[in-house]
Amino acid sequence: MKWLAVILCLWAVPAFAVDPSEVLDDPVLEERARDISQGLRCPVCQNESIDESNAPISRELRVLLRERLLAGDTDAEVRDYLVARFGEFVLLEPDRSGVNVILWWAAPTLLLLALAIGWAVIRRKPTDRDPSLTEEERAELNRILDS
Amino acid sequence: MFIELAHFALILALVVALAQTVVPMVGAARGWRGWMTFAEPAATSQLILISFSFAVLTWAFVVSDFSVELVYANSHTAKPMLYKISGVWGNHEGSMLLWVLILALFGAFAAWFGSNLPATLRARVLAVQGSISVAFLVFILFTSNPFVRIAVPPLNGRDLNPLLQDPGLAFHPPFLYLGYVGLSMTFSFAVAALIEGRVDAAWGRWVRPWTLAAWMFLTVGIALGSWWAYYELGWGGFWFWDPVENASFMPWLIAAALLHSAIVVEKRETLKSWTILLAILAFGFSLLGAFIVRSGVLTSVHAFANDPERGMLILLILGVYLGGALTLFAARAGVMQSHGAFGTVSRESALVLNNILLAVSAFVVFIGTIWPLVAEMVFGRTLSVGPPFFDAAFTPFMVLLAIALPLGSLLAWKRGKLGRAKGPLVGLVVLSVALALLAYAVYAGRSMVGPAGVALGVWVVGGAVLDLWMRAGRGPVGDRLRRLVRLPRGDWGKTVAHLGMGVTIFGIAAMTAWNVEDIRAVNIGESYDVDNYNVTLTSVDAVKGPNYDSTMAVLTISHNGGTPFILTPEKRFYPVAQMPTTEAAIQNGILRDVYVVIGDPQANGGYAVRVYIKPFANWIWGGAILMSLGGLISLTDRRLRIAVGARKQSTVPAE
Repeated sequence: MKWLAVILCLWAVPAFAVDPSEVLDDPVLEERARDISQGLRCPVCQNESIDESNAPISRELRVLLRERLLAGDTDAEVRDYLVARFGEFVLLEPDRSGVNVILWWAAPTLLLLALAIGWAVIRRKPTDRDPSLTEEERAELNRILDS
Repeated sequence: MFIELAHFALILALVVALAQTVVPMVGAARGWRGWMTFAEPAATSQLILISFSFAVLTWAFVVSDFSVELVYANSHTAKPMLYKISGVWGNHEGSMLLWVLILALFGAFAAWFGSNLPATLRARVLAVQGSISVAFLVFILFTSNPFVRIAVPPLNGRDLNPLLQDPGLAFHPPFLYLGYVGLSMTFSFAVAALIEGRVDAAWGRWVRPWTLAAWMFLTVGIALGSWWAYYELGWGGFWFWDPVENASFMPWLIAAALLHSAIVVEKRETLKSWTILLAILAFGFSLLGAFIVRSGVLTSVHAFANDPERGMLILLILGVYLGGALTLFAARAGVMQSHGAFGTVSRESALVLNNILLAVSAFVVFIGTIWPLVAEMVFGRTLSVGPPFFDAAFTPFMVLLAIALPLGSLLAWKRGKLGRAKGPLVGLVVLSVALALLAYAVYAGRSMVGPAGVALGVWVVGGAVLDLWMRAGRGPVGDRLRRLVRLPRGDWGKTVAHLGMGVTIFGIAAMTAWNVEDIRAVNIGESYDVDNYNVTLTSVDAVKGPNYDSTMAVLTISHNGGTPFILTPEKRFYPVAQMPTTEAAIQNGILRDVYVVIGDPQANGGYAVRVYIKPFANWIWGGAILMSLGGLISLTDRRLRIAVGARKQSTVPAE
């Protein structure tokens, strides 16, 4: 069935991602490598970082970024190097340029707006009582709510 | 023949649902009592018909009837019985059938237990619920028929995806659907109230049990999924901000907001239009979730049934229901005037803040989830939005929420002062900070997330306990304890749920900050130390399972030279599906989990072994269990049960 086939390619084998043979001897450099690889997306899998993914391409990318680190690149240079080759698709944290401004600032803006509206609602002079209720209905309602 | 009967029953259910939509709605509009009461037998027979369909499909899976295409594609004779049954909903068609079954179940419950709702409201609620059934039954019958036969039945099936053959995942979808579909009930109540033209305190009280139930199931469903990901996917993560996870998280956040705002409607007759809007949006997000999971427009590890045509139909359902409800909402905004007045500092204001934070945080998840789609379609940028974005953009809202929670819950209605809670609260702040400093000292040099999580966790948990204690009134401790026991269940539910929230916050922060990881190639017989644990790879054996072959490692582990325990992580291979899986072995503990995974054989002999020490991992799910338990306790509150029959039937609105 098609969906089974799809799952087979989607769910990269959930075994091991980082293999002991890839690990750098320098623990500081290795730590940086892990940090970077957790922020890079496996190009052929679905929504997995290359740190988690077991796909061959992820392994190559992990090795490649470690080579760049050994060559003395900064973290940013390593990321730029990979983005130049695979596109910004590989960045799990989208940058803040261009239209991505909307992505990053939509929620803070909405929060401020919501707080302003909330404040207005709280300070609003209330209308007195529900005009749609008759006196008996209101008494009934109070009886129910007090039970 | 039963398969054909089941298919026929499903068609009949569609007819019944159509009648359930039209007849009571007309009856309510015209005031014809007979037409209104039609809703109840209709809801009951709909449930009976769909149950029959579902039972037959389950039977086909149990006896491995491979003349049914769905069974052939998702089952195998060698599969354990539990997974034969869970295989019914481990695929698109079967899970849609489960969806409508639950839809009918909720409708029937509303019919059976809503006998004291005003007749017109009940008729309209059931009619709206029926119309949702119509949409999904049409969807199943025309695009996803589970009862398609194969002319020449194969000898054996193609097996269920091995990753789904797991007890955690067997029960994850039913709970999730109970939550998703439970929100259809609040939607029906909201739309019915809008048609009816009145939203009052009694409405707030009626809609709350349904919201509570849906939220509770959703909590359990999400927690099960996250727990499964933790022990099954083999790298010890518990949340990946995957589109499909987000799809379940958004309705959860909105339902949590709705839960709180419905209290305000009930107690204070204000925030009405907002509450109605939330009730509509909550189900809207449920439908959006269904769209995300089943259309494949967003790439996800969970991709389930990627079919654009089905996606379009769900999008159509989403558009019609959400658009229709929102239009109705705009047209009827006038009837939802608020009446209760409250001070700037009051429980009402605190709940407004709670709602703002929950709703905006749901929006963060929403925009992050759909942004790759928008960016590509509108702006031509192919990009990804992953965990780093959500961690950065979502977490602040939860931090604010946690800070505000104890303060808000201690405020009184109308005009609040912290009053006599002030002293204990200052003490609680000191305690939180002190414990955070202690954590900082113990885990020196580690991420600040840990101490921050400790402070927030202690603050929220302490706040919840303090809240309950203050409710017990004044006087000697003995009297207070006696009063504590007699407090309404709702108060206990609130405390337990808030406690759970604090526990989960702490668990997530602790596990994120203090996780220890060790990856290395290990030879058989080799021994090494990770943190305070001594690990020995004793042996690696080939083992045969019921429907898989396993490479099982035996690791002997001891803590600080104490009594050793044995963990047996496996790599399994499922020959039918031609798919390997990793089975992590975990020694669960209250303070930490020891989590080991066995990897591939290494070139120079030995095996890759990954060992994690995950501190306080179980607190994450423990907190989720407490949260849903809090919901359950609240649900048993006498006031809610009475509320089911609260408003008198005589209040039939004027035409």
